[in-house]
Amino acid sequence: MDNKQLEELITTFDQDIETTEGKQYLEVTLPADKLHSFAAQLKENDKTRFDYLFCLTGVDYGQDLGVVYHLRSTVHSHYIVLKVRTSDRENPKFDSVTDIWKTAEFHEREVFDLLGISFNNHPDLRRLFLDSSWGYPLRKDYVDDINIVTK
Amino acid sequence: MPFDIYDFTSLTKWIDTSLHSAMSPFWTTVTEMVIIGVLILLFYAIVGLFLVYAERKVCAFMQNRLGPNRVGPFGIFQTIADLIKLLFVELVPIKNADKFLFNLAPFIVIIASFMAIAAIPFALGLQAIDLNIGVLYIIAVSSMGVVGILIAGWSSNNKYSLIGAMRSGAQIVSYELSVGLALITVVILAGSLQLSTIVESQRDGWFLFKGHIPAFIAFILYMIASTAETNRGPFDLAEAESELTAGYHTEYSGIKFAFFFLAEYINMFIVASIAATVFLGGWMPFHVGGWEGFNHVMDFIPPFFWYLGKTAFVIFMMMWFKWTFPRLRIDQLLTLEWKYLLPINLVNVLFMSFIVLMGWHF
Amino acid sequence: MEEKVKNITADDQQEYVINMGPQHPSTHGVLRLVVSLKGEIVQNLIPHIGYIHRGIEKMCESITYPQIIHLTDRMDYLSAHINNEAVCLNVEKALEIDIPDRIKVIRTIMAELTRIQSHQLWWCSFGMDLGGLTCFFYGLRDREKILDIFEETCGGRMIVSYNCPGGLMYDIHPNFQKRVKEFINYFRKTLPEYDQLLTGNVIFKERTKGVGRLSLEDAIAYGATGPTGRASGFSCDVRKQEPYSAYDRVSFNEVLFNDGDTYHRYLARIAEMRESMDIIEQLIDNIPEGPYAVKMKPVIKLPEGEYYQRVETARGELGVYIISDGNKNPLRVKFRSPNFVNLSILNEISKGWKIADLVAIGGSLDLVIPDIDR
Repeated sequence: MDNKQLEELITTFDQDIETTEGKQYLEVTLPADKLHSFAAQLKENDKTRFDYLFCLTGVDYGQDLGVVYHLRSTVHSHYIVLKVRTSDRENPKFDSVTDIWKTAEFHEREVFDLLGISFNNHPDLRRLFLDSSWGYPLRKDYVDDINIVTK
Repeated sequence: MPFDIYDFTSLTKWIDTSLHSAMSPFWTTVTEMVIIGVLILLFYAIVGLFLVYAERKVCAFMQNRLGPNRVGPFGIFQTIADLIKLLFVELVPIKNADKFLFNLAPFIVIIASFMAIAAIPFALGLQAIDLNIGVLYIIAVSSMGVVGILIAGWSSNNKYSLIGAMRSGAQIVSYELSVGLALITVVILAGSLQLSTIVESQRDGWFLFKGHIPAFIAFILYMIASTAETNRGPFDLAEAESELTAGYHTEYSGIKFAFFFLAEYINMFIVASIAATVFLGGWMPFHVGGWEGFNHVMDFIPPFFWYLGKTAFVIFMMMWFKWTFPRLRIDQLLTLEWKYLLPINLVNVLFMSFIVLMGWHF
Repeated sequence: MEEKVKNITADDQQEYVINMGPQHPSTHGVLRLVVSLKGEIVQNLIPHIGYIHRGIEKMCESITYPQIIHLTDRMDYLSAHINNEAVCLNVEKALEIDIPDRIKVIRTIMAELTRIQSHQLWWCSFGMDLGGLTCFFYGLRDREKILDIFEETCGGRMIVSYNCPGGLMYDIHPNFQKRVKEFINYFRKTLPEYDQLLTGNVIFKERTKGVGRLSLEDAIAYGATGPTGRASGFSCDVRKQEPYSAYDRVSFNEVLFNDGDTYHRYLARIAEMRESMDIIEQLIDNIPEGPYAVKMKPVIKLPEGEYYQRVETARGELGVYIISDGNKNPLRVKFRSPNFVNLSILNEISKGWKIADLVAIGGSLDLVIPDIDR
C-alpha cells in the first residue's frame, strides 16, 4: 500500500494521531499513552501487518525527549514511522513494545542507557553500555568537563 | 644373519661383563640402572626437542608458510630458545590451590611416559627391559598418565581447568579400550606379548601385510584411538585453545608447563613407536619376498634407522590429522568410541582369531 | 558493571556460572558472556557489552557530514566501505543530488569486494574456532589480494574512507580493472578449496548441523538480517528491496535456506561470496566514463527533516537515520547496526547446547563488537 492508502487506513484505528507525509515514509505522531495499543494494532491487522521493527531511536529534541519507531511489513513491503514525545525531562516514561517486537528489548535498553527514558513493562531494564556513574550522555544538556571539549 | 654387524647384543654383553668384573653384583645393577636412566633421559630430551621443531615445521608446511627459520640454520635452535625462556618464566603460585597435588601432577605425567619408553625395542639387542608381557606393560603404564591430568585440572582451582580435565579423563579412559583391543588383535597373530618376539616374527613380512584385512582394520583403529589417547589432533578438546584457553594446564607456567608440553610429544612418540613395532615391523627392513637384490640393499640400512623412519612416518600422519580437521565435541568423541570403534574392534578380534585358527594368514 | 546480573543465579546444586571474559580467543572482540551451565549444557547466557563504546553517535552531533564518514569506518570495520556508502547516500538523497553512473558502479564494485573480504575473514576465524587451524591461513592468504587492490586505489587496506558526499575521493587506479578481474579468476578456483576443507568434512557437519536453530518467526521478531536471517528463510536483502547505487542493473540471487542452523548460516555466507563475484563480473568490464565526484558546496547543510537510508553490509542491514534541523551539524544521527540485533538472538538460540556449540554459534553469527558498541 502506498502512503496515502496507509494514512487512510490507520486513521480508522485511532483519531488522536497526527500524520505527516515525510520525505520518505509516512510519519505518525502519537500521544504516549496510545503507543502500545496502536502498535499492537499495526502488527495484528492483516492489511498493515507491520511485523519488522527495524529501528528504535531515542532523540533529544532540545526541549522534548522522544522515541522514533521505524516499522516495515515483510508481507506488504510498506513502511511507517511512529513518534512519541514527552516534555518531562526529569522522569520520562513510555510503554515498552517488547511484547510486540522482541527486538525492542535491546534497543530500549540502549535508549534508557544513553538518554534516561524508562519503559514500562520492560522485562529487564538495565543500562547497556555504561555503568551507573555516568549520566545520560546523549542528552543535549549533558555536561562532562573532563571528556568533552567545548569551544 | 645379514645384519649381524648391527647387533647390539654383543655391545651390551661386553658392558655387562666388564662391569661385573669390576664391582659386586649389587653395584653392577645400580650402575647399569644409572646408565640406562641417563640414556633414556637424554633420548627423551632430544626426541622432545626434535618433535616440537618438527611439529612447527610440518604445521607451517600444511599452512602454506615457513616455520621457524631465524634461530640457527633452518631454525633448529628454536626449541632450545623456547626451553630457555620457559626456564626463566615466573612460576605463578595459585591461591587456594592444593599445592602438593599441583606440583605432583606434571611429574606423574612424565613418569608414565618415561616408563613406557623402557620397553620399546629400538634395534636388535637395544631394549631396556624385555618383559615377556611387553604389550600389556606398555598399555598399563601409559594409562597412568590420565591420573596426572585429572590431578592437574582439579588442583588448579579453576573451573575451566576442571572442565578440561574431566573431558580429558573421560576421553582417555574410553579410548584405552580401543587401543588395547587393537593391540590384542596383533598379539593373536603374533602369539606372544613379548615385544622382541613380535618383532622377530615379522622377519618375513610386516604384520600389516601378513594379517591382511583384520590387521589393516586394527591399524586404522589403533591410529584413531591412539590419537585420542594422547589428546592430539581432532580429539584435542581438552586443551582446545579457542574454547577454554589451554584447558587443564591453564594455570601452569614455566618448567611445569614444559613438562606437560614435553609429555604430550613423548606420548605421541611412544604411541607411534608402538604402532611401528607392532604393525610395521619394528626395526625389520622392508623386504619384498623374492627380490633378493632389493632385500640385500634394504638390509644395509641400520635397523635403528628403519625404526626411526617408521616412527617418523606415523608421527607425520598424526600431525597431518591435527592440522587438517576441525575438532570433535566431547559427546561426539565418546559416541565415536563407544558406538563405533568398540564394536568394530570386538568383531575384528573375533575375525583375526578365526583367521589365525584357520591359518589364512601369510 | 556493579549491578547484580539478573537471571544468572546458581540455585540448583548442579548449575555453575562461568565467565567468557572480555579477552577470549573466540568471542572475536571485547564481548563478555556470563554463561550459566549445568555440566556442559548452557542454561542461560547474558552478554555484557560497552567495552568499546566510543560515543560515535554523540560525536556525530558536533561534526560536519563529511567528517561523519571517517567515524563510520570504525564501526563495523570489515564492511568499512559499505558503512561509508550508507552515510553518503543518505546525504545525497537529502540534498537531492543526481549521482553520475560511474560513481554508482565503482561504489558497487568496491562494496562487493568488501563483502567478499569480510566473508573470507569470517570463514578463516570460524574454521579456527572449530579447531581446523589451517583454515585461518588459507582465508587470509586470499584476503590479502583484495586488500592489495584496496590499498592501490584507496590508500587504505581495511579502513578505506573512499566515499565522500557527492562521489569518491579519487578516481580508481588504472590497474584496478585488471587486478579485480585477476582476483575473480583466482578466487573462483580457490573457493572450491574452502568447500573441500570445511563444507564437506564430516566432523564439521557433525559440529554444525542442527546446532543453534533460529526459526523464521524469531528472525523477523528479533530483526536478524543478513546471512543469519537468510539462513532462516527471512528474505531481507536490502539490495533487492530498495536497490541503491548500481544494484538495479545487475542480476543476482538472494540465496535463502529453511533450516536456520549453524551449517546453513555457513552455507549462506559461502553462497553470498559466489553471488558477489557474479555481481562484480557483470560490472567490471563496463565502468561508464564520467566524473568521479560531483561539485558540492564547501559547507554541507541538510534541509530540515528526517532521512533514513538502509544498506546491506556483510552482516545484515545497516540503517543510518539522520535528523537535521538545517545546520551544518546534524541534530541526531542513529546507526542501526546489524550486529547489535544479531547479538540479541545469541541467548535464545544457544539454550540447551554445549560450550563447544556456543563457540560454533557465536562464530556463525559473525559478530564484530565495535559495531555493537559504536
